[in-house]
Amino acid sequence: MFDFGKWTSALNELLLGVMPEWAAITIECVLIAVALLAAYSLLAIFYIFYERKLCAWFQCRLGPMRVGPWGLLQVFADVIKILIKEIISIKNTDKFLFRLAPFIVIVSSMTMFACLPWGNGLQIIDYNIGIFFILAASSIGVLGILLAGWSSNNKYTLIGAMRSGAQMVSYEISLGLAIITIVLFAGTMNINELVWAQNDGWFLFRGHIPAIIAFLIYIVAATAETNRGPFDLPEAEHELVAGYHTEYSGISYGFYYLAEYLNLFIVSGIASLMFLGGWMPFHVPGWDAFNNIMDYIPSIVWFLGKAFFISFVIIWFKWTFPRVRIDQLLAFEWKYLMPLSLVNLVLMAVFVALGWHF
Amino acid sequence: MAVKEGKIKSMSHDDFKDNEYIDKLVEELNATGANVAVGNLNQLINWGISNSLWPLTFGTSCCAIEFMSLGAARYDMARFGFEVARNSPRQADYIMVQGTIVHRMAPALVRLYEQLAEPKYVIACGGCAVSGGPFKKSYCVVPGVDQILPVDVYIPGCPPRPEAFFYGLMQLQRKIKVQKFFGGINRKQKREEFFAAHPEERGLLS
Amino acid sequence: MSDIKEILKGICPEATFVEGGENLQVNVPEKKWHDFARQLHDDKRLGFDVLTAVVGMDWKESVGVVYYLTSTSRGWDILEVKVEAADRKDPYIHSVADIWHVANFQEREVYDFFGIKFIDHPDMRRMFLRNDWVGHPLLKDYDADPKLNPIRLDDEKNEDDTCTYVEDEKGKIKRIPGKVFQEDDYVVNFGPQHPSTHGVMRMRASVDGETITKVDMMSGYIHRGIEKLSEGLTYPQILHFTDRMDYMSAHQNRHCLCACIEKALGLEVPRRAEVIRVMMDELMRISSHLLAFGCTAMDLGATTAFFYGFREREQVLDIFEKTCGARMSMNYNVIGGVIADIHPDFQKDVKEFLRIMPERLKEYHKVFSGNIIAMNRLKGVGNLPKEDAINYAITGPSGRGSNWSCDCRKVRPYSIYSELKFDEVLETGCDSYARYMVRMREIETSCQILEQLVDNIPEGPIRALNVPKIIKLPVGHWYHQVEASRGTFGVYIESDGQKTPYRVHFQSPCFNLIGVMDLCCTGYMIADLITIGAALDFVIPDIDR
Repeated sequence: MFDFGKWTSALNELLLGVMPEWAAITIECVLIAVALLAAYSLLAIFYIFYERKLCAWFQCRLGPMRVGPWGLLQVFADVIKILIKEIISIKNTDKFLFRLAPFIVIVSSMTMFACLPWGNGLQIIDYNIGIFFILAASSIGVLGILLAGWSSNNKYTLIGAMRSGAQMVSYEISLGLAIITIVLFAGTMNINELVWAQNDGWFLFRGHIPAIIAFLIYIVAATAETNRGPFDLPEAEHELVAGYHTEYSGISYGFYYLAEYLNLFIVSGIASLMFLGGWMPFHVPGWDAFNNIMDYIPSIVWFLGKAFFISFVIIWFKWTFPRVRIDQLLAFEWKYLMPLSLVNLVLMAVFVALGWHF
Repeated sequence: MAVKEGKIKSMSHDDFKDNEYIDKLVEELNATGANVAVGNLNQLINWGISNSLWPLTFGTSCCAIEFMSLGAARYDMARFGFEVARNSPRQADYIMVQGTIVHRMAPALVRLYEQLAEPKYVIACGGCAVSGGPFKKSYCVVPGVDQILPVDVYIPGCPPRPEAFFYGLMQLQRKIKVQKFFGGINRKQKREEFFAAHPEERGLLS
Repeated sequence: MSDIKEILKGICPEATFVEGGENLQVNVPEKKWHDFARQLHDDKRLGFDVLTAVVGMDWKESVGVVYYLTSTSRGWDILEVKVEAADRKDPYIHSVADIWHVANFQEREVYDFFGIKFIDHPDMRRMFLRNDWVGHPLLKDYDADPKLNPIRLDDEKNEDDTCTYVEDEKGKIKRIPGKVFQEDDYVVNFGPQHPSTHGVMRMRASVDGETITKVDMMSGYIHRGIEKLSEGLTYPQILHFTDRMDYMSAHQNRHCLCACIEKALGLEVPRRAEVIRVMMDELMRISSHLLAFGCTAMDLGATTAFFYGFREREQVLDIFEKTCGARMSMNYNVIGGVIADIHPDFQKDVKEFLRIMPERLKEYHKVFSGNIIAMNRLKGVGNLPKEDAINYAITGPSGRGSNWSCDCRKVRPYSIYSELKFDEVLETGCDSYARYMVRMREIETSCQILEQLVDNIPEGPIRALNVPKIIKLPVGHWYHQVEASRGTFGVYIESDGQKTPYRVHFQSPCFNLIGVMDLCCTGYMIADLITIGAALDFVIPDIDR
């Protein structure tokens, strides 16, 4: 398996050879930041295009076709447009919070993004509590949404923000419990170790019943966490116009738009990390020849492929199901999903204790 | 079956059929002034705006249903990238007035227009929005939205066919490609500027 | 009908009767009207439980109202009651909104158009025009000077102000001001530009958390004054307005107006034209219900189902386009028949459509109606018991969803419907899901009707040969009803023998639907407001006219 770590350490040594350590670290940080931003925006553009095309195909349409071949340049046009769009400042709003809110959302999403393991050796931060950190960072996002709703001084945004707050706080519990189930199984919260632990088979297969249940719970909770249909109540277009970001224009709105799509990628990335082995190729214990062939596919392809597949499923949900109502949404979480995930956690503990797993 | 040539007052039938004259006009207007860097940047921005026109959903009557057909599978305005219909005026690029505007609606329409973020455009769809249509003589109908808003493109019809909508939208795209983002000639005027320069256009507003 | 007269005489000896029109007409003095109305509604022998239409009238020397009442227990007999206000300058009539709740909005419309104030009406505001509007436009001496009512770009002031007129013991009338919403209500405004109001309706809902405590419907954002315009146009000229009111039942509406004029002229429409008309009506109904399906799905967030609905709708529009020459606003029916013969492909296309439709309906049910989320969103939401449906005169699929047999095609058959075999679709759920299901099942019914007719279009002329060149209706008034896509659509024409009508009134089904919103929505959540609106499926230009 190719280790991207070789490249990065080679670069590190090269830099250390010509300059002192602090300068090398600064340059590395800048490089990483640039790479991260580039990856972030490119992925966002890809995701917007991906969703628009997918949704068109679900609806017997073609989707963007005119701008560039197969409409490939469509999103670039949108980005240029959004960048030059006027940013309207509104009377009677809390201007500071109003401006701050989109940045909180984008920072939260960026922080999570930075923790994802992209490939073998391609990881920016490697904490011993990595997955816990991601969960913590994801909770900041809701603050941005609440602030946006409050500071806009608009009834739709306020209702949207309140819905969003209630929804995200509730579903975070199931999301966390689903992840804890796997952490319990793996015995670590370090992302790198989590991936390597799946060398002999992904957690979804190794943990069988409780892992599959946790996976399903995670997918549902993740859909809710990213405010996507059928749980897109905070921005329910047909009720609240555009929900919490009704009053935002130009790039401030663009931030929400980007964060929404990137969060989709991030939750898919975490799902692939926790259940489908992250960048780890598909390995079957004992089939060495098969495993070797699988290793020829670069690890970053594995990771992106898995993430895109899970995103596909979540997009599929959105374009199939009607939207649920706020009381149904909360009842579903507190009455069914959370008890189920608690039971599942106990089940996993029993399985781990008795060794009923592969 | 041969299509009967309709008589058009303002232009010859050949001009109506092809749009080269518009493209030529675009070239002519772009050829004047502007250095290479600014000119290219202008073109890039215009390309961006014209290919990413997000409509504000604003339908008052029949034309709105045809607009829905426009979004549906057969006509599919997503092909042009128009499908991101925003319900919040802050995020939309143009307002497509689909249907009659009556006295009670007029303040709401103007407010929506003012809530749109620059650059913003107005398309008047259908006879009612163009001129009041069959209801022109009524006591409470605004005889054409151009009485209260600066209109960029008119799409006649009652209601216009989806093809006509596309034609109108593409005309708007062509129009956008002529404008200059960085000042100079053909810069898009703000409403107040326009009325300051043309006080007679205020019409019923005064 | 003969016994009614005796009973009515017993109730109100002052009443006078006019016979010879199409219905029995009673003239009641204004002072007695409220008690008389109470008896009409409550008396078991009469049982006039539906207030079909409220037509404001200006007879030049006096103003007043003609009420059209229907008794469901007496075989849908219609009774006309004419009430004149005493003083033309300052007219008052007692409100009957407490007896037939549907009168609430109807009387507000009459107030708006004629300035007749209704005593004891709970909410005497203007219905369609701005509250600072000068004059009442449908009065014959209305001053249409645009200087009086210029296009105002300022917002309306004091939107919350309302008032009630009460009469004390001495007969003096007093105006009591009131407020629509209280000071500490949290009012969320939907519209006039809002994605789910299906047009430019404005709903203001006061909410407690997410629970709705009151809904105030504000109409008039697309009020084009069709009734006034019609008074200045000849009969063939007013036909096209019907296509632009409820554009989703263009054929039915126009059928109604044509039939009303034909009834007045005593014209016999050729059989071929009638069959074509009915087929077009049913195709229009299918197209309308497909749109309703799509919009319901979209309002509930299932965007994809909307596209499936539109896919089939395009096919219906193709059939229209081939024969009528337009996708919408077809202008097909004319006085005495239809304007053009059917396209040679018409039968083939209809058969092809009938072939695919049952499959597609199954697909819809699989995609949307059977979905657990959709069911949870629709079931038990917007409860409307049968009694309320009748009292609010909610006809059409919405009324039939409350198990009220009110299909005009069955209960008062017109055109050739009495010869056709089809079942009236009824659902007992009384909720949004029932209304939605009625629509879906009515698509099947319409297909059934089309199947009976598609091979049986008789040969013959498409237009009556004896249609006069200049159409002048004899002196009198007529009222005709058809079953439009959303309920019973009625046309009232009063003629004084001229080329132009003296008064035209369109009784649109959607107008009654908005009256019931407050009742349906109270106690439900904001998201349900959208669901209820979608399931009632009103078309705003039909309300505002």
